[in-house]
Amino acid sequence: MTRRLLLLLPLVGFLVLGGFLYQGLSMNPFERDSALMAREFPAFELTTLADPERTVDASLLEGQVTLVNVWGEWCPTCKQEMPQLLDLADRGVRLVGVDYKDTREKGREFLAEFGNPFEVNIFDPEGTLGFDLGVYGAPETFLVDAEGVIRYHHTGYIKPEDVREVIVPEVERWRE
Amino acid sequence: MARVIRVVLAALILLPLLAQSASIEIRQFDDPVTERRYQELTATLRCPKCENQAIGDSDSPIAGDMRDRVYEQLQDGRSDKEILDFMVRRFGDYVLYNPRLEGRTLLLWGLPAALVLIGALVVVLMVRSRRQASARRLSDAERARLDALLNRERNE
Repeated sequence: MTRRLLLLLPLVGFLVLGGFLYQGLSMNPFERDSALMAREFPAFELTTLADPERTVDASLLEGQVTLVNVWGEWCPTCKQEMPQLLDLADRGVRLVGVDYKDTREKGREFLAEFGNPFEVNIFDPEGTLGFDLGVYGAPETFLVDAEGVIRYHHTGYIKPEDVREVIVPEVERWRE
Repeated sequence: MARVIRVVLAALILLPLLAQSASIEIRQFDDPVTERRYQELTATLRCPKCENQAIGDSDSPIAGDMRDRVYEQLQDGRSDKEILDFMVRRFGDYVLYNPRLEGRTLLLWGLPAALVLIGALVVVLMVRSRRQASARRLSDAERARLDALLNRERNE
């Protein structure tokens, strides 16, 4: 009898493998953990979008929980995301922008047209900071705690419901 | 008129060629070994934006940036491992087409090897049990019966 049951072993193995692969079909390959989670925000030295004379570095992000949003004038989703960012700023979240692979004029035009929820915008025309952040598209959003450590990474579009359901709870969690 | 058409046609044929050549960077290498390492690295690093392309095959901007970094770091004399580490620190294990052997990937690497071993063990056990079955000594009764059968013809 046990020998008979042993013959079922390959079938069981096949079913386990099949289930595993079936589950993989519905997984989103873009929903993966950031490699930078729980690591310090990468060092950088760049000028601000508003003032080419003013240089900022990672110390900009120390002292309070900050939401860093990577955007660009060339990115259509960033335009759709703007109302959510303005909403977050209204709720008292500190926002810092990274104008990624953009020109100064276009970046400024973008803010003039769609609003500016950012305390400061870091101007990253070559995408060097973006690269060190592991950004492979915009928009991407990072939550940085008061010690300058990355605590949350949102890849892609922040939906209107994400503001209340995801972002605000994360901000509050790391404020404590 | 015919001339205009000819020029337009020539332009239409040449245009895609131009677009194609625009996406391939021309890289200068000091030696063929570095060049080969560049080809290998850009073929084993996976583009984080496009779903299943190596950075060497992809036109996406991030793949271009990654190729630039690979090239720069090769010129700086970094080792392959240093370059791969550099990419993994930023983009995660996702960018490695060859997952590394570590705690989390032990099952991935170990399972096929374990299955081969189990298979080999089963084959060995089966062969051995079959050999033992055929080499079994005959009991006295069986031997007597065999003798009887063999001698039957002779006695008849």
